[in-house]
Amino acid sequence: MTAIENAPGHGAHPPHDAAHAGADHGSVRSYAIGFALSVLLTAIPFALVMSGAASAAMVVPICVGLGVVQMVVHLIYFLHMNGASSRSWNMAALLFTVLIVAILVIGTLWVMYHMNANMMPGMMPTD
Amino acid sequence: MTAHLRSTFTAEAAALTHIGDIVDVHDEHHDDGSKTTLGFWIYLMSDCILFAALFASFAVLRGQTAGGPSGREIFSLPYVLAETSCLLMSSLTYGMAMIAMGRNQKDSVLGWLGVTLLLGLVFMGMELHEFGDLIASGAGPSRSGFLSAYFTLVGTHGLHVASGMIWMVVMIAHVLRRGLSAANQTRLMCLSLFWHFLDIVWIGVFTVVYLMGVAR
Amino acid sequence: MFGRLTLAAIPFDQPIIMGALGFMVLCGLAVVALITRYKLWRWLWSDWLTSVDHKNIGIMYVMLALVMLLRGFADALMMRSQQAMASTGGAGYLPPEHFDQIFTAHGVIMIFFMAMPFVVGLMNLVVPLQIGARDVAFPYLNSLSFWLTAAGAMLVNISLGVGEFARTGWLAYPPLSELQYSPGVGVDYYLWSLQISGIGTLLAGVNMIATILKMRAPGMTLMRMPIFTWTSLCTNMLIVAAFPILTATLAMLSLDRYLGLHFFTNDGGGNPMMYVNLIWAWGHPEVYILILPCFGIFSEVISTFSSKRLFGYTSMVYATICITVLSFLVWLHHFFTMGSGANVNAFFGITTMIISIPTGAKIFNWLFTMYRGRVRFTTPVLWTLGFMVTFTIGGMTGVLMAVPGADFVLHNSLFLIAHFHNVIIGGVVFGCMAGLNYWFPKAFGFRLDERLGKVSFWCWFIGFFMAFMPLYALGMMGMTRRMNHVDNPVWHAYLVVAMVGAAIILCGILAQIAQIVVSVRHREALRDATGDPWGGRTLEWAVASPPPFYNFAETPVVEGRDSYWEAKLEGRARRPQPVYRRIHMPRNTGTGVVLGGIALVLGFALVWHIWWLAAGALLAAAATAITHTFNENRDYYVSSREVARTEDAYFQNLPSEA
Repeated sequence: MTAIENAPGHGAHPPHDAAHAGADHGSVRSYAIGFALSVLLTAIPFALVMSGAASAAMVVPICVGLGVVQMVVHLIYFLHMNGASSRSWNMAALLFTVLIVAILVIGTLWVMYHMNANMMPGMMPTD
Repeated sequence: MTAHLRSTFTAEAAALTHIGDIVDVHDEHHDDGSKTTLGFWIYLMSDCILFAALFASFAVLRGQTAGGPSGREIFSLPYVLAETSCLLMSSLTYGMAMIAMGRNQKDSVLGWLGVTLLLGLVFMGMELHEFGDLIASGAGPSRSGFLSAYFTLVGTHGLHVASGMIWMVVMIAHVLRRGLSAANQTRLMCLSLFWHFLDIVWIGVFTVVYLMGVAR
Repeated sequence: MFGRLTLAAIPFDQPIIMGALGFMVLCGLAVVALITRYKLWRWLWSDWLTSVDHKNIGIMYVMLALVMLLRGFADALMMRSQQAMASTGGAGYLPPEHFDQIFTAHGVIMIFFMAMPFVVGLMNLVVPLQIGARDVAFPYLNSLSFWLTAAGAMLVNISLGVGEFARTGWLAYPPLSELQYSPGVGVDYYLWSLQISGIGTLLAGVNMIATILKMRAPGMTLMRMPIFTWTSLCTNMLIVAAFPILTATLAMLSLDRYLGLHFFTNDGGGNPMMYVNLIWAWGHPEVYILILPCFGIFSEVISTFSSKRLFGYTSMVYATICITVLSFLVWLHHFFTMGSGANVNAFFGITTMIISIPTGAKIFNWLFTMYRGRVRFTTPVLWTLGFMVTFTIGGMTGVLMAVPGADFVLHNSLFLIAHFHNVIIGGVVFGCMAGLNYWFPKAFGFRLDERLGKVSFWCWFIGFFMAFMPLYALGMMGMTRRMNHVDNPVWHAYLVVAMVGAAIILCGILAQIAQIVVSVRHREALRDATGDPWGGRTLEWAVASPPPFYNFAETPVVEGRDSYWEAKLEGRARRPQPVYRRIHMPRNTGTGVVLGGIALVLGFALVWHIWWLAAGALLAAAATAITHTFNENRDYYVSSREVARTEDAYFQNLPSEA
C-alpha cells in the first residue's frame, strides 16, 4: 500500500508540466522586442519634457498616450497577454479592473474638481 | 429494492477498493499551477485598484503645496530616467530568468535572479536617496498635501519593490533547496507577474508624477 | 516601554463599561472552564483552530458573527433607551462621550464583524459543496482570512476595556478623526482592526473567485451553477475591487495620524472631502457585497420550498451582473449635500435610480417562482417573505432619497437611518437568518426547531417595524441622527415606540438562542439522516449531513441546472459507488491562527505606540509566513478504504425508502 502511494511522479514534476499549467514563458526575442519598445516609449516622453520644446498642453497628452502604449507593450511582451489569453480569466479580470480603475480615477477627479470649486475657501467662482 | 442494491454495491466496493489505491487521479495536480497563478493575478488586480486610489489622491492633491515646494522644484528628470532604466532592465533580466526556468537551467535561473535583485537594490537605493534628500531639506511628507501624496504613492510602490526583493531572496533559497520543482516554478511565475506589474505601475508613476509634474 | 499605555486606560470609574467588561470576562472564563472540564483543548486545536476545511471555517465565521451580533445589538438597545429617556428634558444615562462611542461601535461591529463574517461564512460553507469541489482553491489562505477577521474583532472588543473606541461614527470622517480632534486611541483601534480584518476579507475574495472559476465539477458551465454560487462570484468580485480602496483610504488617514501627513487635515493642503469621496467609493460596493449573497439565499430557499425551478434564471444572473457593475457608479448619493453641484448630483441620482431596476426584476422572479408552486411555509420561507415586504419598502425610501432635492432635506436625519436599517435588516439580516436555518442541518446534521424559528422571525419582523417606522416619521419631522438627547417633546412618544420595537427584536434574538439550545438538546429527533432534509435541488444536498470531510467521494458530473434535482427524478441520486478512489486532501496548519494572534499583538502595539512590540510582531509575522512556504507537509491522501468505510456507514444509516 505504502509503496503504491509513494509511486514516482508525485515528487518534482519535470519543468514542462508547469509550462503547460501556467502561461507561456515567452522567448528571448519577445522580451528583447518588448524591452526595445519600452526604451523608446520611455525616452521620447522624457526627451519631450526635458527639452521644454513644446508646452505642457501639447506634451502631457502625448506622454500619457505613450505611457498607456508602454503598459500594453509590457502586458503583451512581458506578461504574455495575447489572443489566447483573451479566452482566459486573466484577460476578463484585467478588463474589469481597468473599468473600475477608470471609474474610480475619473469619478474622483470629476467629483473633487466640483467639490473644490464650490466648497474650498479662496476658490469660490465669481458669479 | 434499494436495500438490495445497497448491499450489492457495498460488497463489490469492498472487493474493489484496493484497485482505487492504484488508480491515480492526476488531473488535480495539473490544475494547481494555473489555479495559483490565476489567484495571484486576481490579487494583483486588487493591488491595481489600491494604486488607483493613491493615484487619484495624488491627482487631487498635486497642487496643494501649502507654500512649500512643487514638483517642478524638487524633481530631477535625469535621476528619474536612471531609476526607470534600472527597473526596466530588471524586468528584462527577470524575463531571462523565466526563459532559463523553461529550459530547466537552475544555475542560470539563480544567476538572473541575482542580477534582477541587484538592479532592484540600485533602484531602491536611488529612491531612498531621493527621499532622504527631500526630507533633509524640509520637503518631507508632512510638509504639504502634495508631498504627502507624493511620498505615499511613490513610497507604496517602493514598499512593493522591497517586498518583491525579499521574495526573490526567499525564492533563491527555495530553488537552492529543491531545485526547479513544480511548486517553485509556480512561485517564480507569480513573482514574475508581480515584478512586471510593478514596472507597469512605475510607468504610471513617472508619467503622472514626474513628467506631468515638471512639464510647463 | 509600554508606549502611551497606562493603567488609567482601563475605565474603572465607568460602571456601565465595567459591568459589560465583567460580563464578557465571566463568559470568557466560563467557556475556558467548560473546555478544560470536558478536556476539549486538543480537539479545539486539531479540529477547529488549525482547520483548513471550508466547512469548519464557515461555521467559525458564522459563530463569530452571532457573538458580535449580541455586542452590536447591546449597543442598539442602549441607544434606543437613552434616546427614549432623554427626550423629555432629562440627560439620560449616557453622556455624549460615551454615546458617541456606542453608535460608532454599533456601526463598525454590525457591518464589519457581524454582517461580513455572516455572509462570508455562509459562502465558505456552501459554495464548494454547490460546485462539487472538495474545498476552496487555497485552504490555508482561507484559514488565515478567518483568523485575521477574528483578530480585528478581538481588537474592537479589547477597546471596550483598555482605552476607548472612536467617537466619529462608523466611517470616521476627518477632520474629526484626525489627531487634532481625536487625540486618543479610539480612532487608532478603529483603523487597525479594520485594516487587519480587511486583509482577511480581500484574501477571502481572491480565494472564492479562484474556487468558483477553476474548481467547478465537470459539466458545470457558468450558466449551470446554482444561483447562490453566481451571487457569491459577483460578491467576491466586488470584494476584490472595492476593499483596496478602503485599505488605501484608511492607510492615508493612518499616515495623517501617525506621521503628521496632510491627506485629510484642515491645514497643510489636506482635503477632508476627498476622504468622504474615497470611503464611499468603497462603502457603496460594500453594501452590495452584503446583500448579493442574501439575494442568492432567497433564490435557493424560494425555489426549494416551492418545489419549483427558479423562474428566470438567466435574467437573475444578468440582473446580478448589472448590479455588480452599477454598484460602482452610485457612490456620491451618500454625500449629495457635500456640495459638488447640480450636474454631479444629477448624474449620481439617476444612476442610483437605475440600480433599483435589476433588483425589482429579481423580486418579480421570486414571486413568479412561488406562483403555481407548492409553497411550504417553513422558517427560511418566512424570513424570505419578510424580506420581500421589508426590503421593498426600504428600497422605495432609498429611491426617494436618490432625488438630490429630497436628500437635501432628509440627509443625516433619522429617515436615512430608517432607510438603511430597512434594507440591511430586511435584506442582509433576514437573508442570513434564512440561510442559517436552511443550511444548519447540512453543517451539523440536525435541523433547527421550527416553532422557535417561527417565533424568532415574527419577533424580528414585528419588532423591526415597531423600531424603525417611527424613525421615518421622526426624520420627516426633522430629528437628526446620532443625538444623545433631544428637546422636542413631540418626538418622545415615537422614541418610546422605537424602544419597544427594539425590545421585541430582543425577544427574537432570545428566541434564536433558545432555538439553538433546544435544537441541540433534541438533536436526535431533529436528525437529518439523508443529507437532504428539504427536498433540495443543488449539489450540497447530495452528500451526508454533515458532509464527510472530503465532501464528495467521487466528483459529480453535472449535466444541467439543478443537477441534484434532476438526478433524484431519474433515480440516479444517492447511489453508492462501485469503486472508491483515494482522495487528495490538504493538511491542517496552525499558521493561520498564529498569524492571526501576531496580527492582534501588532494592532494593539500600534494603537498604544509600543513601537518595539509592533516591530517585533511585524518581523514575527513575516518570519512565520515565510517559514510556512518551506513547509512541504501540506497534503496527504485519504486511502480508498477509509473513503469506502465512511460512505458505507452513511448508506447503512439511511432510513429505508418507502
